[in-house]
Amino acid sequence: MRICLMGVGDISSSTVAALGYAVAEILPCEPRVDRRRLNPQFALDPHRQQYWSTPILEHLEEMRPPDCDRILGVAEVDLCIPILTFVFGEALLERPPALISLHRLRPAFYGLPDDPEQTLDRATRESVHELGHTWGLVHCQEYACVMHVSRVADEIDLKGPGFCITCTATLAENGYAIR
Amino acid sequence: MAVKPRILIVDDEKVVRESLYEWFTEDGYQVDTADSGRQALERLQESTCDILLVDIKMPGMDGLELQRKVQQIAPEAVIIIMTAYASVDTAVQALKAGAYDYITKPFDPDDLERIVNKAAERQQLVRENVLLKEQLVAVSEGDGELIGTSSGIEKVREMIQHVGDTDTTVLITGESGTGKELVARAIHRASTRRHMPLVTVNCAGLPEGLIESELFGHEKGAFTGAQYRRKGKFELADGGSIFFDEIGDISPKTQVDLLRVLEEKMITRVGGTQILPVDFRVIAATHRNLKQAVEQNLFRLDLFYRLNVFTISIPPLRERRSDIPLLARHFLTKSAREMGRPTSRISPAAMQLLSDYAWPGNVRELENAIERAVVLQREEEIQLEDLPMTPSAAPLLAPAGELSLEEMERHHIQQVLDQMSGNVSKAARTLGIDRVTLYNKIRKYDLKRNQNQQD
Repeated sequence: MRICLMGVGDISSSTVAALGYAVAEILPCEPRVDRRRLNPQFALDPHRQQYWSTPILEHLEEMRPPDCDRILGVAEVDLCIPILTFVFGEALLERPPALISLHRLRPAFYGLPDDPEQTLDRATRESVHELGHTWGLVHCQEYACVMHVSRVADEIDLKGPGFCITCTATLAENGYAIR
Repeated sequence: MAVKPRILIVDDEKVVRESLYEWFTEDGYQVDTADSGRQALERLQESTCDILLVDIKMPGMDGLELQRKVQQIAPEAVIIIMTAYASVDTAVQALKAGAYDYITKPFDPDDLERIVNKAAERQQLVRENVLLKEQLVAVSEGDGELIGTSSGIEKVREMIQHVGDTDTTVLITGESGTGKELVARAIHRASTRRHMPLVTVNCAGLPEGLIESELFGHEKGAFTGAQYRRKGKFELADGGSIFFDEIGDISPKTQVDLLRVLEEKMITRVGGTQILPVDFRVIAATHRNLKQAVEQNLFRLDLFYRLNVFTISIPPLRERRSDIPLLARHFLTKSAREMGRPTSRISPAAMQLLSDYAWPGNVRELENAIERAVVLQREEEIQLEDLPMTPSAAPLLAPAGELSLEEMERHHIQQVLDQMSGNVSKAARTLGIDRVTLYNKIRKYDLKRNQNQQD
C-alpha cells in the first residue's frame, strides 16, 4: 500500500517526511512525499480566517498520483468546516483523500511551550485516524483505539496510535489487512 | 452497545447538510438530510427519526413551525434547533416551543458532540421508559388479560386487534361480569394512546348533582364547596381514552351534555368561560340493549349513533363454557398468589360443577367463587364443599352438545331432584307429574335421588 503525503500551504518538507515515516511505523505502507504543494488559498474563509477542509480534500483527490492508494494532505493552517468552529483533520469515507492540520495540535496553540515530539505524535495519530476513515472505519467506542474520536487536543494523547481488535477486523473485512 | 440514534439534519444550506452528514456518519450514526421543513416532514413519513437538528431560519416553513409539526407527528423525536446567531429571543422561543436544546453555528465540535450525546441518552431513557411501562402494564394487568380459547373470546380478541390502533369509538356490550372493562383496557392498550391515561367514568354511579363537575371539572368558587379548580374526566383523559361504563344508565340531561362533547371535543369547566379543546378516544360499555332503550325513548338516538360505530359483544360465560377450566385455574393461581398460599388444583368433581353451573354473574362470579374456595380450602385440591354453590342449588346447564329429548328429560329430572335434595314429592310437583311417573322415570334413567348417592 502506498500513501502519498503532500504539503498543503506553507509547511516544511522535513515535517511532512517525518510524519510519513511515523505513519509507516503504524501502518504497513510505503510513504511517498510528493514535492508538489497544494495552495489552500481557494479554501480560505476570510471572515473566519480559517480554511475549509472539504474543498481541499477534493483537490487532493484530483492530485493523487495513480500509483498511490491514498493521499494525505498535511497543513499548518487552521482548518474548519462551515458548521464547525474547527477540525483537526478530515477525510472522505472510503475515498482516497485525507487531510490533517498541525495548527491545533501544537501545544503552543494553547499557550504551552512548544513540543515537536508531542506534535508529531498527535499528527501521527490524527493521520492514522483520518486514513482509517478512508478505509471505511467510523469512530470507535474503545478509548485506546486510534479511531476513538478526539474533540480536543489533549484527548488525542489519551488514545493509542493503532487500531483496536474490532477496527482491525473491520479493516480486514473491508479488504485492508493492517497486520 | 446501544443502537446509535437516527439523525435528521434539516437545513436549507447544502454545505451544512453535507458536512454534518459526514461528521455524524463518521461517528456511526444513521443520518438523513432534508433541505426544507416540507422535505423533513416527508422523510418522517418514510421512516422514524430519533434526533432532528433543525435550522431555525429556512425559507418557507421555518424551524419553529417545523418543530410544532414534528411534535404532532413524531412526539418522541428530540429536536435541537440550530441558530446562526446566539439570540436569546430565538433560543427562548425554541425552548418554549418544546425544543430539547439549541446550538449556535458554527458549532464547537465538543459542544455538538455533548449536545447530541445528551439527546441520545434522553432518547435511550425514553425508550427504556416506554419498555418498562409496557412491562409494568403487562405485570400489573397480567391478570386483566382475556383468558380463553373459545371461538367467542377469540372473536373478541380479533376485534380488539382490528379496532385497537384506530381512534374509532367502540361500544362494548355484554352481561354484567363478562369483562367489559377488561376489553376496554385491552382496546386502550392496543392503541397509540396506551401511554396516556384511560379514564373510567362509571355512569351508573355518577351522583346527579355532581355529574357536571365530574365530567367537565369546575373552577374555584363555581359552587359552594368548590374551593379549588378541579379537572374533570374529559380533561384527565386528554391524549388518552375515556371509558364510559354502563353508558345506558345515564340521565337524559347528561346524554345531551355528552353528545355535545363527543361532537365538538371541547369542554368548559363548570363556573368557567374558557373553552378547552380535549382529545380523547371514546370507549363505552353497557349491559343494556341500547337499541331497545332508544325505541323506548330512554336513550337518545343521536347519541346511540355516535357510540354505535364499532360494537364488540362479549359472550356470557355460559356460552363459552370451554373457557371455564382455563379461567378457573387462572383465578386459582391468582388468588393463591395474592393470599400467599401454594398454588393448588381443582378436584375433578369441583371442576365439573364449575363447568356445569350457569354463571348468571359471569366471569366475575367465577372469580369470586374461586377466591372464596381458596380461603376455605382445607385439602390439597379445591373440593365441591369449598365452592359457594352446592350441586343441588346450582342452576345447572344442560350438558354440552345436541341432546335427544330423552337425554334432555333425564338431565332435567336429575337437576330438579338435586334442587329438591332428592325429595320425590317436591320434585314431582315441580315437574308437574305424579310421583309414580317420576319413580318410573328415575328407574328408567337410573337417576340418583340426591347428590350423596353419587359418592
